[in-house]
Amino acid sequence: MTGFDLIAPHLPVLTVVIPLIAGFLTPIIGWIDRRLPWYWVMLAMFVVLLIAGNNLVTVINSGTIHYKLGGWDPPFGIEYVIDLLNGFVCLIIAFIAFMVSIYSKESVKKEVPGKTTPFYSVFLLLITGLMGMTITGDIFNFYVFLEISSLTAYALIAMGDRGDGVVASFNYLIMGTVAASFILLGIGYLYAVTGTLNMADMQNLLPGVYDSKVVLAALAFFMAGFSIKVGLFPLHAWLPDAYTHAPSTASALIAGLMTKVGVYAMIRFMFCVFTPAFVIDVNMTEILTWAAALAIIMGSVFAIAQSDIKRMLAYSSISQIGYILLGFGLVNVVGITGGLLHIMNHAFMKCALFLVAGAIFYKTDIRNIYQFKGLGKKMPVTTTVFLIAALSMIGVPGTVGFTSKWYLALGSIEANQWIFVAVILVSSLLNIVYFWRIFDNIWFGHPHEIENIKRDEAPLTMLIPMVILGILCVYFGFFSGDLIEHIFEPLAKTLLGLGGVP
Amino acid sequence: MMVTEINSITPLLAVLVSMIASVLILASGKYPNIREGWTFVAAFIKFGLVISMLPLILNGKVITYTVVEMLPNLPIAFKVDAFGILFAITSSFLWIFVTSYSIGYMRSLKEHAQTRYFFCFAIALSSAVGIAFSANLITLFLFYELLTISTYPLVAHNETPEAISSGRKYLTYLMIAGVSLLFSILVVYHYTGTTEFSFAGIAGMETIPQTTLIILFITFMIGCAKAAFMPLHAWLPAAMVAPTPVSALLHAVAVVKAGVFTALRVILYVFGVDLMQYSGIWLYMAYFVSITIILASIYALMQDNLKKRLAYSTVSQLSYIVLGAVLITPHGITGGMLHIPYHAFMKITLFMCAGALIVTAKKEKISEMNGIARQMPITMLAFTVGALGMIGMPPVGGYVTKWFLLLGAAELHSMILIAVLLVSAVLNAAYFFPVIYVAFFKKPDHELKYKEAPLTMLVPLVLTAIISIVIGIWPDAPGMFLDIVEIAVANVTGGV
Amino acid sequence: MSGILDIVYAEYNYWIYVTLMMIGFYAMIAKKNLIKKVIGANIFQTAIFLFYVSLADVTGGTAPILVGGHGAEHAADVIYTNPVPHCLILTAIVVSVSTTAVALALIIRIYQEYGSIEEDVILAARRELKPEFSEHARQKGVAEVGRQ
Repeated sequence: MTGFDLIAPHLPVLTVVIPLIAGFLTPIIGWIDRRLPWYWVMLAMFVVLLIAGNNLVTVINSGTIHYKLGGWDPPFGIEYVIDLLNGFVCLIIAFIAFMVSIYSKESVKKEVPGKTTPFYSVFLLLITGLMGMTITGDIFNFYVFLEISSLTAYALIAMGDRGDGVVASFNYLIMGTVAASFILLGIGYLYAVTGTLNMADMQNLLPGVYDSKVVLAALAFFMAGFSIKVGLFPLHAWLPDAYTHAPSTASALIAGLMTKVGVYAMIRFMFCVFTPAFVIDVNMTEILTWAAALAIIMGSVFAIAQSDIKRMLAYSSISQIGYILLGFGLVNVVGITGGLLHIMNHAFMKCALFLVAGAIFYKTDIRNIYQFKGLGKKMPVTTTVFLIAALSMIGVPGTVGFTSKWYLALGSIEANQWIFVAVILVSSLLNIVYFWRIFDNIWFGHPHEIENIKRDEAPLTMLIPMVILGILCVYFGFFSGDLIEHIFEPLAKTLLGLGGVP
Repeated sequence: MMVTEINSITPLLAVLVSMIASVLILASGKYPNIREGWTFVAAFIKFGLVISMLPLILNGKVITYTVVEMLPNLPIAFKVDAFGILFAITSSFLWIFVTSYSIGYMRSLKEHAQTRYFFCFAIALSSAVGIAFSANLITLFLFYELLTISTYPLVAHNETPEAISSGRKYLTYLMIAGVSLLFSILVVYHYTGTTEFSFAGIAGMETIPQTTLIILFITFMIGCAKAAFMPLHAWLPAAMVAPTPVSALLHAVAVVKAGVFTALRVILYVFGVDLMQYSGIWLYMAYFVSITIILASIYALMQDNLKKRLAYSTVSQLSYIVLGAVLITPHGITGGMLHIPYHAFMKITLFMCAGALIVTAKKEKISEMNGIARQMPITMLAFTVGALGMIGMPPVGGYVTKWFLLLGAAELHSMILIAVLLVSAVLNAAYFFPVIYVAFFKKPDHELKYKEAPLTMLVPLVLTAIISIVIGIWPDAPGMFLDIVEIAVANVTGGV
Repeated sequence: MSGILDIVYAEYNYWIYVTLMMIGFYAMIAKKNLIKKVIGANIFQTAIFLFYVSLADVTGGTAPILVGGHGAEHAADVIYTNPVPHCLILTAIVVSVSTTAVALALIIRIYQEYGSIEEDVILAARRELKPEFSEHARQKGVAEVGRQ
């Protein structure tokens, strides 16, 4: 028996355990040498990435993985379940986290001077929380991980801009606590009527009590809680401040991942704890689609009004989260495929954009888009990545943004909801408005101002992850055919209970 | 009619050549000679690749190539048919001339950001050829949007507030068009499950309810705002702030023709001749574009800026092409399709002359051009050739297409459409003859010495003027545009 | 009248938790003092804990410890209260305490920056666009200078 055979059965849980242990070891590593934590985080994230990839392959080849924590049989013990949905979300988390960890080196050194070790420690714990939320099959365990990720996010945000960051973090904390409490309450209600905490078990038991008002109340609490967590308009008030004032690295991580995991959780609860039929029956999906449509439009409109690039991207996130939720709210295969696709696509695009914003801030101390004149000449690579990611946000064909938009619009037509098609298309126009201002500033300043600008590109550790994400934005714009056919469409069918993969 | 399909990578290469060139242009930005060398090489290779496909097409074959399955059932694919190669030949052939002209123009005016200029130009050309070779609506949409984005920096090239605001206008119109086109494609895909062009129109289109069909047609036509139908034409005159070679190639050939090309693809290859006739849409569309033909000519009359006058003339001429297609008689379609290359050669000549005037005489307004022919006789002669072609006077090419259009209208016994064509010919004369008169016969305000534009500019414009005459004298020479068009028309009408 | 009172009395534990929760929620939203907000959050969470704990109660039940030890006779006949919610709440209390700790730490930092823990004072300080208080203000200020 080799060492690997010994570890192999425990791979599912290692995605959570490795960042957890690594997070607590970081202070020791940092105490040895202050430069080491960066390598340490990269190493940890790389291992997690490999494991997450391996998990997904296992799921595709041999079906859902059930891991009994501590050997206790479900539904009594805590069970970790990795199916196609969370295997895929895990991989995205691991990948984005790895990219951000490479990027973090210079940025963290500049923006949180002297606190790099605690920053990395919290960074790893945030990943622990997100991973845990994703792969757990136990709803109370889910709550605990939710709070771990929230608390670490508060800490990361508070490390950002002096004053602003702390206030933003505090506001987020208050909203986050409300959200988490709602979710806790919902869990309590479900436990009261079913007597179990295991998601799969609960889904089997719940249909017997669907006529009970308690179940409906639980669903309402969950939806309200998650809506705050993902920043669904009009419960988004905490989000722009938090994204804007966090350190760039943390912004990229939080914007790229936290809301995605929130969305994942929402889907998990809607489709895998409750059943799609019930959720449709109580009109929750319809409410969700309309809220999402509102978010899409309002997020874009607010984004137009911003002059701080990070704040603009934050509002754009609100709008993009609307896209994802719209897809799921449509509850047809095409729409859900679009939603799933957009989880991945938006993670790539938004992460790339925040990384670019961070790189620009690192080099120039500028976040105001009206001061971006001449940047195209100063930082050609960074701004090209920005161009690609922004075009992708707009949904230009040949980029990932187009593929998900195509599915979402097609799903809306299939659901006979033409108004949402209009919403999606109008929102791409609004996206053009707020991104094109920046393009104009980056590349079309007054020529005489620009002539004397020297090339001064961000360091390589920042460039590499940005460029990789930029390339992926284009790569998956052309080559997501197989991915959709083999992963997303079967997954959408499974979520709707139409059969497909196990 | 059976059409043999041949699988070949050539169409992809033809599209990619200028993409690769654009990268090389960017890489050698510091060395103007090498940079422009790449542009030239790419232009020749591109034209060579396009023309190498012509014999097969003339034999009635079709070349296909699927690049990648972007989404399930939505491949990025190329299909070269007679209509596609018609547009591809036009744009890639003229690129050679415009490259030479651009070099002369940009260097004479010592323009800034020339690397960006040539880079975007190469990408725009790729997109134009990509549009020509698209096998389905999605591929077409991909290049359509790419064309919009890559031409924006060219329109906003001057970076003055005026240029930027014109660029914004350009972008606003074309992006709204793009969104509308996307919507239409979604609807087509929803009802038929495919977006692939077919000679008889996409199968399943007839299942769409009549009201939806009409709305779909309207959104498609909004999507073709690049074709500058009134009232969606305002971007074109605004885009005239761009450097003249851009106006010449893009706003007389590549961009607007891409719009018209898309419109024709939609009318003939998505809806199909039968459906157009059956649903009665053709007649409304014919009247609609007739309004544009007349109104745009009147607008052109009112312009003093030469480039703007030419722009409005383009608006009017583009609608000829669509008019030809919606007549849905073989003659009408022939006239429409043939007008794509014919108008391109004549209009590019006119624009290059206007550019030469800007560079050499520093004059943009017609009212300032008294006696300018004494200074630039060759340029103004070329201009006269182009103008005569526009009006439809033999032997310059324009009369051929007008003849076919008139035949088409006559076959339908539509007095209104015949009247529209004749009135518009008169209006064309009304806005071109004053320019010629001013240039040749008015006394200059002060003594003018003979001074022509640099040779890199003069040679292309003379050549295009000569070609405009050649295609008028021998329109039916073997392998010329008429041959290609006849095959395309036979394809869509099902005739031989 | 007595009917309503009966309902209230019969499920008084729920009424208490709902009332407490509303008090907590009100404090979190409406109070201007940051400490009071945190206290509100604590009341809110504690209300939920009470709900869980009261949920676990079984009428006539005893503490969930096996009577007579493991494997003893009649052990199964005894009614026990449900231990699971208690365990859950122990965890949730830990979470709540850590949230409070983070919140208090943030308040200390806020006090250091702005010299106050009153929300309107902080808002006013930020609104005055004092660059030393706000990165946002700094950026905005620079932009305004640029526009002039």
